[in-house]
Amino acid sequence: MAHLSPTPVLEPAQDRTMILNMGPQHPSTHGVLRVLLEIDGETVVRIMPDIGFLHTGIEKTCEAKFYQQVVPLTDRIDYLCPMTNNLCYVLAVEKLLGLQIPPKAQWMRVMMNELTRINSHLVWLGTHALDIGAMTVFLYCFREREEILKLFEAISGQRMMTSYFRIGGLALEPPLDFFDRVRHFAGYFPDKVDEYENLLTGNPIWGMRTKGVARMTAEDAIALSASGPTLRGSGVDFDLRRDMPYSGYENFKFKVPIAQEGDVFARYMCRVRELRESIGIVKQALEGMPEGPIKADAPGVVLPDREKMKTQMEALIYHFKIITEGFAIPPGEVYQAVESPRGEMGYYVVSDGTAKPYRVHMRAACLANLQTLPTMCTGGLIADVVAAIGSIDIVLGEIDR
Amino acid sequence: MPLPPAITDLEQLKSHPAVARLLAWNPAAVTGVKFDREEMTIYVDRSNIREACALLRDDPASAFNYLSDVTCLDWFPREPRFEVIYHLLSISKKERVRLKVRLDSASPAVESVTSVWPGANYFEREVFDLFGIRFTGHPYLVRLLMPEDWEGHPLRKDYPVEGYR
Repeated sequence: MAHLSPTPVLEPAQDRTMILNMGPQHPSTHGVLRVLLEIDGETVVRIMPDIGFLHTGIEKTCEAKFYQQVVPLTDRIDYLCPMTNNLCYVLAVEKLLGLQIPPKAQWMRVMMNELTRINSHLVWLGTHALDIGAMTVFLYCFREREEILKLFEAISGQRMMTSYFRIGGLALEPPLDFFDRVRHFAGYFPDKVDEYENLLTGNPIWGMRTKGVARMTAEDAIALSASGPTLRGSGVDFDLRRDMPYSGYENFKFKVPIAQEGDVFARYMCRVRELRESIGIVKQALEGMPEGPIKADAPGVVLPDREKMKTQMEALIYHFKIITEGFAIPPGEVYQAVESPRGEMGYYVVSDGTAKPYRVHMRAACLANLQTLPTMCTGGLIADVVAAIGSIDIVLGEIDR
Repeated sequence: MPLPPAITDLEQLKSHPAVARLLAWNPAAVTGVKFDREEMTIYVDRSNIREACALLRDDPASAFNYLSDVTCLDWFPREPRFEVIYHLLSISKKERVRLKVRLDSASPAVESVTSVWPGANYFEREVFDLFGIRFTGHPYLVRLLMPEDWEGHPLRKDYPVEGYR
């Protein structure tokens, strides 16, 4: 219960300043972030984020599970982009194994990953606008997000904790009308983005609350290990999907939106343009979707189909062995990074030659991005702290793990 | 598809820009190398890590200007017990390299790299919190995720996964 005491203790440096506590139960801290502010009137003199309220020890839990049992845990780290976490983990394990994935599984992964990005950005846009006072956008965003969650439910049986990607491929074949439903969604979604932009981009109130607010230079962003739209909003042109492609991203054409100003509005513009680019990638994936299997041909690693289990003895044995004993991976270590909606999501997986990972470490993009908060907010107004927190798009589940 | 074996011979890998830069600066700083699964690992002597990071950041040939991650491994009961791991990224060259520092259990302390990258602050605090590694020169080395009065360091291998300690 130590967190009930006001620690870390921040003492006012001068007579005229005072300490203001914000969170952990505050609607605009997006979860359980606690921020300690030293203020001089309305001006922020010092700011100190305090985290750890949502720490669940996932990294320790992973060490006690088989490799395939870790996949459902990864959903729960960043609960707004479960498929990105699934993807990063399975890519890391596949790299450890040296496993090749069939093209259809790769393309499906890219398509689902981009839908996840749209899903996550919609939650960000809605809550960010709500923090600053624009209620309508929130309702519109959640209307479209509902459609994506229905697609997730159709393909994996779950709305949020999908666990759809498995080591060696995908869990299930998509249902028959799935691609038509995605095509329908991709057809009307760009108009909806126009709708959000009509409400916000040219809106003078939105501009006053976001332009020139919470600035960060490119040098600061790199030095503070910021990534994703927080980095690109400061004018650094780097996106892992394009620059260090994984899972077949080199087959897709898309632009990486960047903005030079480094303020809240720049980060907003980066993410809104990313919504349009992502739906473009989804359309390309639909058009070029290859035929073929969705699982790699690796009998000791990938679970056999149910049909084969009922007719073939070997399939039944492999199924039994994978479930009860897992599969051993040759000793080694890999660091696999993917571009999550928030930035560089990295998994560092170490194998000691047994069926359980020796160590799984998640490089959380939000944890590094949160460090930029003091740079953005010092010297600004209290009201802008809320805008800054919204603009770095934090998810406390990922920060605290 | 079988994995190619790991290369650990320094002679074969000394043309890698990061290795070459570190060897040119101080041959004693590089205590080992490994190239496995297309990832480069350089073992750096514990007393040289901060300067090695600053060198690689400022060197135009390698330009590892971005710190992706700092984490740790516990090889209990083997000695040296801990490995502190730095994942560096070059934004211009689009390359990664992994630096490792080996620490024994008697004095698990290493110089902080926060003076090279301020972004190492939270990463090092997390490693301190969960592994008990001391980073000398860190501006604010207190627990990050666990409560302040917590005893022990949960990610150490002699810390049980289940049950209350």
